[in-house]
Formats: sequence, structure tokens, C-alpha cells
Amino acid sequence: MATDTAIRTEEFQVNMGPQHPSTHGVFRMVLTMDGERVVDCEPHIGFLHRSMEKMAENRLYIQFLPMADRIDYLSSMFCAVAHCEAVEQFMEIEVPPRAKYLRTMFMELNRIASHCIFFGVFALDLGAVTPFLYGFRERELTMDLLEMTSGQRITFNYVRFGGVAADLPESFFPAVERFIKVFPGRVTDYERILNENEIFLARTKGIGVVDAARAINYGWSGPNLRSSGVDFDLRQNMPYEAYGELGYEPVVLPNGDCYDRYLARILEMRASHALIKKCMEGLPEGPTQKEKVSKFPKLPAGEVYVRVESPRGDYGLYLVSDGTDKPYRYKLRTPSFNNLSMIREMLRGVYLADIVPIFGSLDVILPDVDR
Amino acid sequence: MKRLLEILGDWWAGLVGSAGLPSWVTVLGEMVFAAILIGAFIAVLVLFLIWLTRKVSAHIQLRFGPMRVGWHGAVQTVADAFKLLQKEDTTPRVCDRPVFNVAPFLAFAPTVVAFVVIPFGDGVIVRDLNIGVLFLFAITTINVIAIISGGWASGSKYSLLGGFRSAAQLVSYEVPLVLSALGVIMLAGSMKMGAIVEAQSRVWFVAYQPLAFAVYVIAATAEVNRTPFDIPEAEQELVAGYNVEYSGMKFAMFFLAEFANMFLVSAIAATLFLGGWRGPWLPGELWFLIKSFAIVLLLMFFRWTYPRLRVDQLMSFAWKFLLPLAFVNLLATGLIIALG
Repeated sequence: MATDTAIRTEEFQVNMGPQHPSTHGVFRMVLTMDGERVVDCEPHIGFLHRSMEKMAENRLYIQFLPMADRIDYLSSMFCAVAHCEAVEQFMEIEVPPRAKYLRTMFMELNRIASHCIFFGVFALDLGAVTPFLYGFRERELTMDLLEMTSGQRITFNYVRFGGVAADLPESFFPAVERFIKVFPGRVTDYERILNENEIFLARTKGIGVVDAARAINYGWSGPNLRSSGVDFDLRQNMPYEAYGELGYEPVVLPNGDCYDRYLARILEMRASHALIKKCMEGLPEGPTQKEKVSKFPKLPAGEVYVRVESPRGDYGLYLVSDGTDKPYRYKLRTPSFNNLSMIREMLRGVYLADIVPIFGSLDVILPDVDR
Repeated sequence: MKRLLEILGDWWAGLVGSAGLPSWVTVLGEMVFAAILIGAFIAVLVLFLIWLTRKVSAHIQLRFGPMRVGWHGAVQTVADAFKLLQKEDTTPRVCDRPVFNVAPFLAFAPTVVAFVVIPFGDGVIVRDLNIGVLFLFAITTINVIAIISGGWASGSKYSLLGGFRSAAQLVSYEVPLVLSALGVIMLAGSMKMGAIVEAQSRVWFVAYQPLAFAVYVIAATAEVNRTPFDIPEAEQELVAGYNVEYSGMKFAMFFLAEFANMFLVSAIAATLFLGGWRGPWLPGELWFLIKSFAIVLLLMFFRWTYPRLRVDQLMSFAWKFLLPLAFVNLLATGLIIALG
């Protein structure tokens, strides 16, 4: 066939985001497409940059405490715990055991809330609308528990230097009993909706595969890393708060595809549920706040690095103090940023329809990326 | 219903005759009457279907759905329709204006025309064409042209992709759809809708043709772009697909066509496989509606429980699985008929 009569194809560019229903916030991708295939993807971040680090450096430690909740609004308890732990390490104070247990329990509740959203949104990304509302039903349960104690539903402002803001109210105990009782059944619901659905499997199995070496090279962490077969979970490897006493067995899955990243979160919900149960059973008596802790501390000069295992992975805070009452440097290492860093490489050669599940399976929160 | 229509027809013919007008006026009057009837039926039907979709989806999703406007939100859809009427009709600057304006009506028209050969009850059919089934499948295919021209004329890449996908999908699923209906035609020995219903007076064809019925329902789901085959409008990738640039009444036309189409394929399924309007005790029109709505509900349950397939998986499913299945069914039917 002569070349001039052959069908010519042409690559074209599609702009996806920042206003797009499935970019989970404001992520922008400039896609170069060959029909339905992605040739290249140019990611743009920074639409949600709020200058969190610089704001921290211009505020007293306690003033930044409610701000820290807003770094990653779906796992605000973790950001606050990291902030307080860093300050406590400077002040060399030991948190009372009851406060440790409460922090741990609320972190796990927060993790469940975050994973519930992941479950709902991931299913929504694949076109199934119903699981989204199922996910929100259980999120509501955890939110209610958190609200009872902290007074807030999303940004809790519950953690304090040397403890927590409030002890559990009376009404919390029957509510948490009920939660512990019903939640495993609800997770079973989730599993029955999606886990063995042929269409779901076809859309997620073998899509966006990342092997262990590549995941480590890109600095992945959290469920994403563990679903690529790397057994690394700060709760087990570098226990903080009450995790050392409670013990934790991480969820590790071998394949590193979208399905495993989804399944890891479902299994982590069960693991978190078990941890909450253990926390409630072993909850020590005593004060929830260490006495005589300055609310406006002047920290000695030096530096600490605190890591917590947030629902998205390894949340790190590098805090440098120059001896004043404000941080000299407040450097965040947020898991979403590193988890997102591979997106360009992951999207090359996939179908347009696979972009959304791949991006969704990373469980990226854009304010956590941009800070 | 049949009596009523006969009386009306006689009265009209008598009126035209006594006025001394030529006989084509009678036919014209009947056509206008049928068009008005079908138009009204579709309008009411779509309002009801949208309300039903909202309620069904809400109850699957642990919600109530619309509750405020009327009994359980019964007139919510009417209110929404008025809202859409009032909306500004925006047209993108880069669009191909004539095509852009025509496409929504092109999407809606074939659906209305297709209702011509649907037997709503005993004798309640506009024209019982002797090529009824063929006409039905031929006319509904025009929808593709509307979707692809809507997607093309919008001048947006998203809607263009949606249009392309839709064309590919509809063309692929048309084949198993028609093949599955062919088994029924072989059994009935006619393409006439009335004759097909007549042939099921003892046993419904779904008993003889379970495979064809399954193929038909799957292909029909794809044909009307419902989940798991709603790829042309894949909300998460294409935002809304081919109709992303449409607003106001033009959007409502696409919407109307979509819901009317959903009922249409269900009505075809009820007629071809479930004995049409035939049934004991109740009047035929009611049986027809019950059967059609059973299929509609089935499609709705699909929609609110399943995720969406990817476009290439959709294609391979149609060509590598549904099509061979339909052929096997056809062969088996032929053999059985030939062997008596």
C-alpha cells in the first residue's frame, strides 16, 4: 500500500485536571495520547501548596498544633502526633501510658476512616458508585467516636504536648463496643461487594504493577510499599506510642498491582480493628496528661526526626530548633509525595481508562503532596 | 384499550368521510394521534424512570433519595425538568454549530420512532410491520450517529473520545444483539412483533432460548450504555463523555433518549422472550409494563452494583465471548428446528 493512502495516526494531548472528578483534589496531568493509549504523562502538582512548613517556622509550637491537623486532612491525628512527639523528644518527657494508648487507638480509628474513603473512592474510580456510600457509612462510625472525645470530626486537635486533650467520656465505651462488634461484618460486606467481582478483577489485577526494588527506589511507603512485597511497617519496625506493647503484624502482599494495593487497605482495616480492640482491652488507668508541661515550650537547640506510619505511609518530621520558642526548620517528608513520584513512569503505555485506577490505588492526598 | 382505539379510529374515519376529504387525511390523522400518544407516553415514562432510578439507587446505597418534592419525591423529576428548561443554553465557541444543535434531537428521534412497532397490548401497536424486529434494530442504530456527531461537534477532546468509544461499543454489541434475536425469529417464523407474541401464547421463548436471552440482556445493557458498559460516558475518565459540552434542554434530550432507550430495550426483551403482553388475569397492557419494568429493574441493579469494564476488555468480551455464544445458540436452534 502506498504510504499516502495509509491511515495516519497522530498523537494528541489531553489535559486532565486540576478540575477533574477523579484526580482526588487538584492534580493535573498533561497526557499525550495515541488513541486510547497513554504515550506520556506530565504531572503537575502544587495547586494546593499552603506553605505549611514556613507557617510552622513562624509560629509557636502550640500555635501550629491545630495547623498540623490540616497537613493531611484525612489522617490528621497522625500529623498531630508527629508534631507532639517531636516536641516531646526535645523536652525529654515521657507520655503517661493511658495517653499513649488513647493516641494509638485514635490513630487507628483515623486510619480506618481514611481507608474507608480509599475503598469508596477507588470503587468510584472504577465506576461502581454504591461502595462509596458503604465506605462512608463506616467512616461515620469512626468519626462519631472521634467526635465524642475530641469534639471534632476531621481535624481533631486532640493531641497535646505530654498527653491528650481529654479523657474518654462515659458515652464512648458503649459506642466503641458497638463499633468493635459491627465493624468486621462491614468489612466482610466490602469484600463481598468487590473482592471477587470479575469486572473488578479484570480492571485491577496486573494493572500498574510495581516490583519491590522499584518501590523502594522511589521511596514508597505504607500500604503501597507493602503490597509490593516489602515487609516494612513503622508500627512493627520502629514502634512508637503503644505499638511496641500491642505488637503488630504488617499486611504484606506479593504482587504490587492495583488489586493488591486495594486488598492491603482492606486487610489493614481488619488489622486496625484488632489493634483498637487490644487498646480497649489493655487500656491502662491513670492520667491522660503529664503534669507541669509548658504549653509554650522553648526547645533546646538541636534536631529530631520523628516518623509515624500514617494511612499513606511513612510520615516524617524533621524538626530543627535554635533554642527559641519557634521551629528553626520544620521539614515534612510526606508519604503521598513519594508515592506519587512514580506516576509518570507508571502511566506510560497504559490505557486511558487505567489512569484512574492506578492513580486511585496510590491513595494520594493532594494537600499531603503539596503541603 | 383495543376497543377504545377501534372506536376512536372509526369515529375519525367517519368524520373524514363525512367531510368529504380524501382518505390520506385519515392516515395522516392517525399518524399525528399516534405520535402524540407515544410522545406523551415517553415523557411520562422517562419522568417515572428517572424517579425510579434515583429511588432504586438510593435504597441500594443506604440513602432515601429525593424525599421533599411530593410523595417520596415523586415530582422531583418534574421540578428538575423545569429547571433544565430554564437553564441557559450554552454553546461552545469552537463547536460545529449545526451538527451540535441537531445531535440531541437525532439521539431522541429514533427512540420515539422505534416505539411504533412495540406491541403494548392486544392490538395496541401503531403499525405491526412485517419486518418489525429488523426495523427496530435498524432504527435504534441511528443513535450511534447522534452520539458520535454530538461528540465530534462539541470540539472537545473528552467528548470526542466519548463519541469514538460509543461508536465502537455500539457497533460491536449490535452484532450479538441481533443474533440473539434471530433465534426467536427462527422459532416464531416471522419478524412481525404481533406474530412473535402470538407464537409465545403457550410457552415463553425464554424457556427455549435461555442463552439468547442472556446474550440479549448483556448486549442490551451495552447498547444503552449502562454500567458495566457505560464507557462512552465514563464519568471518572471522560467526565461525562460525548455530552460533556451540552447544557439545558439539549442535555435533557440526551438524557431523555437514554432513559427512553433503556425502556425500549427492556420492552423488546419482554416482547421477544417473555411473551409480550400475554399473561393471565390482568389486562395485556399491564402485563407488558410489568415485564418491561422487571428488565428495567434488572438493568438498574447492574448499574448500581458493578464497576465498569475497560474499553478493550469490553471489545474482547463482545467479539470473543458473546458473539460465539450467540452463534452457538443460533446453530443449536437451527438444528433443533431442522430435526423437528
